[in-house]
Amino acid sequence: MIQPDWITGLIGGLMIGSAAALFLLVNGRIMGASGLIGGVVDGSGWSNLIERLAFLAGLVGVPALIALATTRPDTHLTGNLLIVAIAGLAVGIGTRMANGCTSGHGVCGISRLSPRGIVATLVYLGVGAATMLIARHVMGVI
Amino acid sequence: MRALFAFLAGGLFGAGLLVSGMTDTTKVQGWLDIFGAWDPTLAFVLGGAILPMAIAWRVAAKRRSSALGTALPAKPSVQLDPRLLTGSALFGIGWALAGLCPGPALASLSYGGTQGIIFLMAMISGMIIWRAIDLGLTGKGKAA
Repeated sequence: MIQPDWITGLIGGLMIGSAAALFLLVNGRIMGASGLIGGVVDGSGWSNLIERLAFLAGLVGVPALIALATTRPDTHLTGNLLIVAIAGLAVGIGTRMANGCTSGHGVCGISRLSPRGIVATLVYLGVGAATMLIARHVMGVI
Repeated sequence: MRALFAFLAGGLFGAGLLVSGMTDTTKVQGWLDIFGAWDPTLAFVLGGAILPMAIAWRVAAKRRSSALGTALPAKPSVQLDPRLLTGSALFGIGWALAGLCPGPALASLSYGGTQGIIFLMAMISGMIIWRAIDLGLTGKGKAA
């Protein structure tokens, strides 16, 4: 049974929001992917390392199980490794500099009407769309 | 208990990212490609995610602590600083170039192939680079 994209998008979105709600109400924490990962890899969040590692284990492990049980999903990530490396660096530096990404600023920030979350989301969406215009339609590199 | 529920939240988050299409870079790039073949799916993802979380914030506002007794997050800061704007702009560039943000980069680790691992390594390097810059700029850095 193939569902239209907007239905799977909505269902997946509700799952993401429910996960964030669970993490807030049970663990008392904001579910921000870049912060949870960053605190582990740069040593700044080792005071609650076990909680972070458990979250990340679920984040990697459960999609892995789903991918094993069903058809293997395709990320369609470009094979241009220079673009991949530049993009990864920009995402890593940017999300830690801004102290949040799509989950922390986007989902958790907008839902509590946080000015920082709303502004951050408008900036990365706007710059993302501009990057898309330049890189895809002007330069033709992605 | 905190670890158990963190694992469950992470797992549900990862499953949601997979189901919603957030680990498919063509859907993300399609959403950002407003001047090309625009794909509105991500609006449903974001809308669907904000709904339960908006309710959760309302519930949290009436509570003194989390269900496990830990402190709830402080009120959001209203301070807009250059770091928020510059960092978010950098993130927007990277997000558009690859079509991956930090959550989906990890959620797709098992099926994203070599380039997915390279993206993750570059992202982690970027996080460590920023930490080093931040420590250099402030003398001690700020806690995450």
